[in-house]
Amino acid sequence: MSDMMDDMDEGGEGVVKKFMFVNRKAPHGTIYALEGLEVVLISAAFDQDVSMVFVDDGVYELIKGVNTKGIEVKDFSKTYRALEGYDIEKLYVEKASMDARGLTEDDLIVDVTVLDSAEMANLMAEQDVVISY
Amino acid sequence: MKIGIMVSEGPYNHQASDTAYLFARNAIEKGHSVPRVFFYHDGVNNSTKLTQPPQDDRNVVNRWSKLAEDHGVDLVVCVAAGMRRGITDDILAPGFRISGLGQLVEAGIQCDRLVTFGD
Repeated sequence: MSDMMDDMDEGGEGVVKKFMFVNRKAPHGTIYALEGLEVVLISAAFDQDVSMVFVDDGVYELIKGVNTKGIEVKDFSKTYRALEGYDIEKLYVEKASMDARGLTEDDLIVDVTVLDSAEMANLMAEQDVVISY
Repeated sequence: MKIGIMVSEGPYNHQASDTAYLFARNAIEKGHSVPRVFFYHDGVNNSTKLTQPPQDDRNVVNRWSKLAEDHGVDLVVCVAAGMRRGITDDILAPGFRISGLGQLVEAGIQCDRLVTFGD
């Protein structure tokens, strides 16, 4: 462990930051959504103020009725429903992204808060750490 | 300022790791500290010593190793993402270590900024 890491370890205890995970990609096609979800689950162990947002094709991560049999990859869509059990309850979806894809809240597997683009921008501006994929 | 970095793309295929490296090196030259670089997604492929680029090209992996040696930057490769892609302790270049995703969250908590590079 380097000196700099020792330095980084100072004063880290008890800090609560606003973490936002921005999901921008479809659940399948690339691994970003799946591996991104793994970070979110780990972050729950750090007692931070975590929120997740879904924009662009990221809104597809939350749609009902996913069936991955045909592409022979793991279906992890049910994991989003388990987030509540990790105390990750702040889920936001951008309205314009849903509208552009013909989706409404009824198409989603979890309860979300729908924000317009300006509200989403304000929420992002409040964050300490934004991790996006 | 303490700056943590996340690299999400593999070397050579994508410019993200080049840009992350240049950002880290220049931040340090300007007097900031970069305590940790976390490699995630295909970014874990930045860590393998098996990499052999052509001689007239930059060596992305060795460059990271030198940054670690010169400035004590902690180069952390995600264990889960690494295992998926065949990255194990046996093939790590100097300065890299394998650890968990908690190291990324910790960098976010403890650094003044977390800067991410990737798609």
